[in-house]
Amino acid sequence: MPDGAMHVLDVKGLKTVFRTRGGEVHAVNSVSFHLKRGELLGVVGESGSGKSVTMMSLIGLLPSPPAEIREGQVLLGERDLLKISADDLRDVRGAKVGFVFQDPMTSLNPVFNVGFQIMEPLRRHMGMSKPQARARAVELLELVGIPDAANRLNNYPHQFSGGMRQRVMIAIALACDPDVLIADEPTTALDVTIQAQILELVKELRQKLGMAIIWITHDLGVIAAIADRVMVMYGGQIVEQAPVNDLFANPQHPYTRALLKTIPSMSGAREARLQVIEGQPPIITAAPVACSFRARCAHAFARCEAENPLRRAVAGGAVDQNHDVACHWTAEARDA
Amino acid sequence: MLDQTAKPLVEVSDLKMYFPIYSGVLRRHTGDVKAVDGVSFNILEGETLGLVGESGCGKSTVGRALLRLYEPTAGSVVIGGEDIATLAPEALRKKRPSMQMVFQDPQASLNPRMTVAGIISEPLVEHTDWTAERRLERVLELMDAVGLNRRFANRFPHEFSGGQRQRIGIARALALNPKFIVCDEPIAALDVSIQAQVVNLLEDLQERLGLTYLFISHDLSMVRHIADRVAVMYLGRIAELSPRDALFANPLHPYAEALLSAVNEPDPNRARRERIILQGDVPSPANPPKGCNFCTRCPKAFARCHQEKPELVEVQPGRQVACFLYEENTAVGSTASVEATELNQQGETK
Repeated sequence: MPDGAMHVLDVKGLKTVFRTRGGEVHAVNSVSFHLKRGELLGVVGESGSGKSVTMMSLIGLLPSPPAEIREGQVLLGERDLLKISADDLRDVRGAKVGFVFQDPMTSLNPVFNVGFQIMEPLRRHMGMSKPQARARAVELLELVGIPDAANRLNNYPHQFSGGMRQRVMIAIALACDPDVLIADEPTTALDVTIQAQILELVKELRQKLGMAIIWITHDLGVIAAIADRVMVMYGGQIVEQAPVNDLFANPQHPYTRALLKTIPSMSGAREARLQVIEGQPPIITAAPVACSFRARCAHAFARCEAENPLRRAVAGGAVDQNHDVACHWTAEARDA
Repeated sequence: MLDQTAKPLVEVSDLKMYFPIYSGVLRRHTGDVKAVDGVSFNILEGETLGLVGESGCGKSTVGRALLRLYEPTAGSVVIGGEDIATLAPEALRKKRPSMQMVFQDPQASLNPRMTVAGIISEPLVEHTDWTAERRLERVLELMDAVGLNRRFANRFPHEFSGGQRQRIGIARALALNPKFIVCDEPIAALDVSIQAQVVNLLEDLQERLGLTYLFISHDLSMVRHIADRVAVMYLGRIAELSPRDALFANPLHPYAEALLSAVNEPDPNRARRERIILQGDVPSPANPPKGCNFCTRCPKAFARCHQEKPELVEVQPGRQVACFLYEENTAVGSTASVEATELNQQGETK
């Protein structure tokens, strides 16, 4: 991917807050990132880190109330998705941005056959006639590797296995040739051998179709297998961002480092004891004024308590260009 | 870690667990879901046996049948010299304190209306005649042992995080000083940074109390960390049972090989290597294929695999495999042996 390639998606200063009876929860805190054409951006973080909420905020999938997007810009091409009307947004979803969810059983409608569900976006967004949409649906099912596609269109979701259902979901998401595909833990509910099949399929589809993908997961192994670039989220913020090889070879943020160490390895010497990250992920109830990882961080010092770290470039690159990290524990601080 | 003279604490032989299917208006018995179909293994005292496999392979059913939470269809489960599978109800009840279980979902396995102290002391109420003071003393001792703050004894499960809830489940399992604990996916519902905390706790407790574990999981890297030996299950049968290091260095059964190859390691160089991608899905255990259960997806299957079911046999010291590739190699004058060797070599050079 050449460096000056156009950004398909540009997110600037996104803030999402949930209003609950117990007060506000600041789920997304000034998140900025971009997505290049044809790129696969991995987003990692634990439950509650804000990774799903960030992506759902982009295309208005969060129920409001309780969710409220306070600030930010989401530029898809020329348009700011946070400014357009609900109707226009509905045209964007499905047509420009496809979404694949974690659990294919609950995200497919059990009372319609899959043919109907694949044809629905084609007829709505592309204005296709029924026979046209049907022909395209067969093409799509073949594309995602479902054998006997023409007959399978008449089957209902329960007649498919978990892996096949996820293929159907991908077919629906791809139906209108979206610019961006957002995949939220698409392989988490699947077994490892089926997960391997889906990852292989996604690699193939990228080569054929070249769309940009945002892949949300908590599994660093999946990220290592398919991502071009990675963002690590913690406490509703991006704490580190880097090309995939850089992130694994040279992790900067204490959270990223600790996370990589807690996973036991599959080869080499077996560790006598697993490294742990003590404590729990935080629930952020106000706009952060200090580092949200400080309570669990082995390197925290006075400044972490006083000031929320901003993202800064690692080793010379510009922020958001190459490798950046939001941490006060710099090389100088390490030596001091 | 394990001494050579350790005796088996748990001996399972030819365990079968079928769930009947009734159909038609007359609800006639028309078939069985063969969740576990002839499984045999031992677990030595103080050992951790890892049991891995994909969803639906029967690994949880094995764990539950072992503690007779299900009535096994056939086979025997000898724990500490007594056959659990045929024990009379009262004798079984007396046996329960020595064998316990830690469940996958700490949310669903803790009663939301009971306090932590109530949950942990319930086994004591059931199986001992201790006074309330003595029970409370034991509860607090257990809370210390699993790293829960004593002050939380009167709180309810919803006030705890997932990792803490799993600690409550572990404390409850430990209450009666068991020898043997079945851990059924104890970390599957937890976040990565919390998983390590719970696994370390299980290992500490094992060392301190001399526990024996059956650790059921689909997370192969965690099993490599905690288990001494590992059994790989596929569709109700054990495909391979090997010491941990041998299995991870050189899996013998084609399914074990494919399963290990499918794991994504958190290292871009290793995660992007060529891997074995199995075609298709796991067949239904209600209608397993003729011959070897894995023959429909096995990249190395040959004629005999579609005819007979391979038995689990020892092919190398300490390593048991249910696969004709290895049986044929040792058979003298067998016509299939040449073909099998070739196939085997192809597999190794890949």
